[in-house]
Amino acid sequence: MYLYDSYDQAMVDARVEEFRDQARRRLAGELTEDQFKPLRLMNGLYLQLHAYMLRVAVPYGTLSSRKMRMLAHIARKYDRGYGHFTTRQNIQYNWIKLEDAPDILADLATVEMHAIQTSGNCIRNISSDQYAGVAADEITDPRPWAELLRQWSSFHPEFTYLPRKFKICVIASANDRAAMRLHDIGLELVERDGRIGARVFAGGGMGRTPMVAPEIRDFVEEDELVSYLEACLRVYNRYGRRDNKFKARIKILVHELGVDEYRRQVEEEFAHMRQLGIQPPTEELDRIRAYFAPPVYETGLPEEVDRSDPDFALWLDRNVLPHKQPGYAIVNISLKPVGGIPGDASADQIDLMADLAERHSLDQLRVTHAQNIVLPYVKKADLYTIWQQLDAAGLGTANLDRISDMIACPGLDYCSLANARSIPVAQKIARRFAGNGKEEAIGELKLKISGCINACGHHHAGHIGILGVDRKGTENYQLLLGGSGAEDCSLGAITGPGFTEDGVVDAIERATDLYLAQRQEGERFLDTYRRLGMAPFKEAIYG
Amino acid sequence: MVDLLNFREGETIGETPVSIEEFLGASNATAVRIAPGEDARALLPHLDRIALVEVAFPAFGDGRGYSSARILREAGYRGELRASGDVLVDQLFAMRRCGFDSFAPDKALDPAVVEATLSRYADVYQKSVDGRRPIWAKRHEVN
Amino acid sequence: MKLLTGNDLASGDVIWWTGKGWSRHIGEAVDVGDEGDAILAREEQARRVNVAYIVDAEQTDSGPLPNHIKERIRASGPTVRTDLAINADIPIVRA
Repeated sequence: MYLYDSYDQAMVDARVEEFRDQARRRLAGELTEDQFKPLRLMNGLYLQLHAYMLRVAVPYGTLSSRKMRMLAHIARKYDRGYGHFTTRQNIQYNWIKLEDAPDILADLATVEMHAIQTSGNCIRNISSDQYAGVAADEITDPRPWAELLRQWSSFHPEFTYLPRKFKICVIASANDRAAMRLHDIGLELVERDGRIGARVFAGGGMGRTPMVAPEIRDFVEEDELVSYLEACLRVYNRYGRRDNKFKARIKILVHELGVDEYRRQVEEEFAHMRQLGIQPPTEELDRIRAYFAPPVYETGLPEEVDRSDPDFALWLDRNVLPHKQPGYAIVNISLKPVGGIPGDASADQIDLMADLAERHSLDQLRVTHAQNIVLPYVKKADLYTIWQQLDAAGLGTANLDRISDMIACPGLDYCSLANARSIPVAQKIARRFAGNGKEEAIGELKLKISGCINACGHHHAGHIGILGVDRKGTENYQLLLGGSGAEDCSLGAITGPGFTEDGVVDAIERATDLYLAQRQEGERFLDTYRRLGMAPFKEAIYG
Repeated sequence: MVDLLNFREGETIGETPVSIEEFLGASNATAVRIAPGEDARALLPHLDRIALVEVAFPAFGDGRGYSSARILREAGYRGELRASGDVLVDQLFAMRRCGFDSFAPDKALDPAVVEATLSRYADVYQKSVDGRRPIWAKRHEVN
Repeated sequence: MKLLTGNDLASGDVIWWTGKGWSRHIGEAVDVGDEGDAILAREEQARRVNVAYIVDAEQTDSGPLPNHIKERIRASGPTVRTDLAINADIPIVRA
């Protein structure tokens, strides 16, 4: 993985001291909260429902054991012993003190980590495919590109006060595991005439006006991507709406201008940008790429795995995926124990995952946008011992992409923007479907819960989505069907009137019962919904 | 109005800037003021007769002025480029990088904090219009 | 009744106005009547509270109870981690 050189380290160290000074000025009254807020947000520090919350960046979701251990250390020393992995492949802590925040950032900097631009109206953490580097279907590892863009977007002088936040995703496979087209800019690396470049999508997003990003360019050369993105951002910075924060994302600009007009303006700006010499030379991407060179794999490893323990065999079938290298496997560690809090992990669990990565996964871990952890380089021969240790620590849940492996935002239990709680609903659904055995029968079903219209829980992109709303002071839950964040990207449709917390669990069971009764060979819930349409589901749900 | 913060060689321009509309009319003015929503590119045909462009920041969170500044510098404008209004000390570094060389903040800035802010980052990741060699150029000894 | 709440600037803790100062326990909160804005302005200026505002509540046998669920959860702590709650006895959902 990428390692900082002295330049990168100096940037992060300077940022720590900058924020230390800003926090001091706030505590001393030299800055008002209005002035301090954008500064703390650009260092990932929110004021949430119960305390300050710190969001730490995990660039493109890649971690070493050493970094992972630092995350546990922060949970123990400065928080209440746990952290929450997010859909942006980051981690956030719920109980941070402002007076500790500079020290936390200093601790992070010792392991080449930071919280830079994990909030604020700037370019956020670049997200990517959690299986980058080990997926058989990728044309190249997208992470060098993501790292190039991390550096380009960090402390960008022109794009620090954008109309609204800006999220970029880079993938390199036709199979989209990162909801690429639901980003402000999505990049799909593709090959053309023996060269790799980027197919560019712009104006996707969720929130109150969800949109699937249209393609704005079919190919940008590797040695022009920074110039091209600079053009995309400049058009947005100049013309994105600033009169209404709910209409300020780039998706509204692209929608209001029309994709052809946005594309035309970007091309005009790009023609100008490419004259300016702002693009790093190809040697820079090559330099970064060297850090992501494939590891030296062992050969002649056994392929056979002893399946005699049935619990292990189930986990193997659910959570372990094929690796591009013979003898190896990709392990998904579910952070969705039945009845638990989706995405939460204790300091001890984080340390254990770091230990397992160090011993069995070439020192590497990944965070997924579905709020799970991946060990990307596991020898098949090590799978059983890994599973035993995970299982003993409450990390052995065999439910990848099943109904209980749901995305849920923190909701009203933690978030000051939320209208309803997400976590209790998630817990009830997991208990219901694990308890009645239907989870197993249903198979793949991506369920996503948001506690408000901002859609941090990706409800628009769930095969089944749940949106918590405030109905006259009580929590109410709308149900959506038919969304997908994958390569078959689509937005869910609302079924009809909302439900109580228990009512929405019942409604989901009625919808999935219909699926079980009507499905054809090989159909997932989503496929059956697409074939049948909303009407029969609506009838089953509201009857 | 507090004192101007000047990073130019020599004096700042004393002339009161006129609106872009007035400037593009029959005006003889050499100082012009642009608001956040106004197109800096409208000035490009006239750069040789402009001594001061004042870019207004009515609210510090409105970042359009950063693009306006860079557009002018990218086009070769060498006169005074002034950020005026709700300009906060923590924004000076980025504004300098976008080509501003004088500042008229609504509220006085602490000189010690100004100094610390502008000297904090030894290097930069991007090439902009301030002539600083970005980190990637130093890594590869190009440009 | 009207309560004042906000967060402690340095620690971020949720705090409530007691008439004399700020407490982490809503049970010690007092009705500020029409005085809320004046107290807030003074206390924020002195940085004894951050992002403060007025909350509608009712007096119950067990103490002040905010009308809005968000404030009840702020006063109690996360309902899914009662081990971390500051006051898990607060009824979140009205009967």
